[in-house]
Amino acid sequence: MYRYDEFDHAFVAERVAQFRDQIERRISGELSEDEFKPLRLMNGLYLQLHAYMLRVAIPYGTLSSTQMRKLAHIARTYDRGYGHFTTRQNIQYNWPKLAEVPDILDELAEVEMHAIQTSGNCIRNTTADPLAGVAADEIEDPRAYAEIIRQWSTLHPEFSFLPRKFKIAVTGAPNDRAVTRGHDIGLRMHRNIKGEPGFEVMVGGGQGRTPILAKTIRGFLPVDHLLSYLEAILRVYNQLGRRDNIYKARLKIMAEDLGAEALAKLVEAEWEQIRHYTLDLPLEERQRIAAYFAPPAYDDLSADHPALDEAIAADESFAAWVESNVYDHKKPGYAIATISLKPHGGIPGDASAEQMDAVAGLAEQFGFGEIRISHKQNLILPDVRRADLYRLWQALGGLGLDTANAGRVSDIIACPGLDYCNLANARSIPIAQRISERFTNIKREREIGEVSLNISGCINACAHHHVANIGILGVDKKGTEYYQVTLGGAANEDAAIGTIIGPAFDEWQIADAIETIVDVYQQLRNSDENFIDTYQRLGPQPFKEKLYASDQARKAG
Amino acid sequence: MPLIKHGKLVEDIWHETDDFTDVQALAPLGPVIVPLDVWRQHRDEILAIGCALGLRLAPGQTPDLVATDLHRFGVIALEFAKFTDGRAYSQARLLRERHGYKGEIRAVGEVLRDQLTFMLRCGFDSFSLATPQQARTILEAVDDFAHWYQPAPDGRATIPTLRRRTLDNADRPASDCAAAWAY
Ligand code: SF4
Repeated sequence: MYRYDEFDHAFVAERVAQFRDQIERRISGELSEDEFKPLRLMNGLYLQLHAYMLRVAIPYGTLSSTQMRKLAHIARTYDRGYGHFTTRQNIQYNWPKLAEVPDILDELAEVEMHAIQTSGNCIRNTTADPLAGVAADEIEDPRAYAEIIRQWSTLHPEFSFLPRKFKIAVTGAPNDRAVTRGHDIGLRMHRNIKGEPGFEVMVGGGQGRTPILAKTIRGFLPVDHLLSYLEAILRVYNQLGRRDNIYKARLKIMAEDLGAEALAKLVEAEWEQIRHYTLDLPLEERQRIAAYFAPPAYDDLSADHPALDEAIAADESFAAWVESNVYDHKKPGYAIATISLKPHGGIPGDASAEQMDAVAGLAEQFGFGEIRISHKQNLILPDVRRADLYRLWQALGGLGLDTANAGRVSDIIACPGLDYCNLANARSIPIAQRISERFTNIKREREIGEVSLNISGCINACAHHHVANIGILGVDKKGTEYYQVTLGGAANEDAAIGTIIGPAFDEWQIADAIETIVDVYQQLRNSDENFIDTYQRLGPQPFKEKLYASDQARKAG
Repeated sequence: MPLIKHGKLVEDIWHETDDFTDVQALAPLGPVIVPLDVWRQHRDEILAIGCALGLRLAPGQTPDLVATDLHRFGVIALEFAKFTDGRAYSQARLLRERHGYKGEIRAVGEVLRDQLTFMLRCGFDSFSLATPQQARTILEAVDDFAHWYQPAPDGRATIPTLRRRTLDNADRPASDCAAAWAY
């Protein structure tokens, strides 16, 4: 893992002191709320429906056990005993007191964490593949680059007052687990014919009311030019991005208006001017940072574990958990285990302080003291010995963390919605709870197989519903909450944006509608098809017919 | 309006006006700052007056538009229409880094304390403030951070450079890459 050196420590401490002073000036009235707002936002502090909300960065989704214990401590001491993990590798606390926020930040700084740029119109926390460093398909660990981007983007002198928020995601693998095309800049690693690593640079992706997938403006950028190229993109955007209309201010709109080719030209022209003298990333520096992410001391283990096979054969619940929550590790004898934060009927992404503490312990017992946060709002233990999987699963069972639903229909991504968020049109959490309660039968969930279901409480699409196989969007119709359904979205390397299936459902119909959709798929699927394959093969029609059959019957009658 | 330049409260020698109907009338004002549009319309007439000149760029007006004339201006005022509008940061860096502009770069408009460090880093060296009270407190912000990560026109050694120095002094000969992450 990356460790702060004296400079990083000093910088974060200075940032906390600065923010403490800004809060004091706000409390004393020297700063107006209008003046304070962009300052607090640059430090992850939102004003929500009932209270402030503090969003803490978990850079590229990697946490140590020590850091996790600190997050638990903060939840217990300054909040109501829990935290909420988000889709962009952050954790949110929903009830901090303004005057205590600097103390929270001090505590975070002790464990090399911060809330810098987790909100506001600046370069946000850079996200990465949650399986970085352990996935079998990886070219290089993307976290070294994400860390380099984190440092470069931290309180950037030129790019701290952008037209709108700006999100960057990095993956080092061909299978995209970081939704790179859903970001302002997505970076996907490739090798050129000489075998050197470089990035495909995709720009102008985003969710919100105008969901757009990022377009490739450069097929291969040698890694040493990463920062100068990013600087060129940001400079073009900072100067030409729209500032007159908040809904048209994202880079994606500029990219649509100009066209990807014209935008690429502007970026390349700017890059030509700066590539030779400012921001190089020589091999030596890359290696220095990469050394922090060197693989831990793995043992040479056998890939075969008869005892594990026996346990799988003997215990159906365990078998279900292994099937959905355990992934292959690049090292034989090891596995990657997802800890679902989506218990049936629970609040997606929430973890209690006790659970956080316990997971910190498990990460030490069954790994190297490291935990990952996925964009699906789950936790991941990256280095579990296959031989330990059964014991891990049993331990998770005692904590209510053994739900066998990673990647399944009840692994729902939901935004905070109307329960917390002052932009919401509708509640998301209770809808997620209601839907997941329909799928408590593990056998049925296994049969349904892989499918993504995301729920956003408004068009800002914080839960990425556009790129879910089944997307649900809360809308407001004359003061009543309604839910619009989109089908066919995808967030992986074949990213796609879903299409609206028909009229919206009210809060009592929506769970039925989802079951209907799942039923139609189960009836029509070919043997091995996932939901998305069936949908792509058949299109929306059969789903529509079933969903709105009674409407038609009514009309016909 | 109170003006801070190079860290001190100073008298502002520059004049600004909105009335450019008669360019000749600018002469008695002395050193005067003209907006880009006026400059482009009346360039030769203004030059003929012979007084010291400054230029004012609105957000979005890139310095490239007047690249060959930049040396004529003793000051370039960049506008913060709102403090959340960050276009002037790019303008300032372009002036310093691309065009090698050495004169005064002045922040005008909504210039607040919490933006000061960003401005200084990008090459601003004077700040036109709304109130004398602001002039007293704004400079406190200058020392908020000892070091920064990114290279910028303020020419300060960046954290990556400092790291390199520490490493080089510690345990190995200075390498060719000593300036690494030239950053
Ligand atoms: S999608 Fe809308 S309701 Fe949900 S968190 Fe984002 S802004 Fe709030």
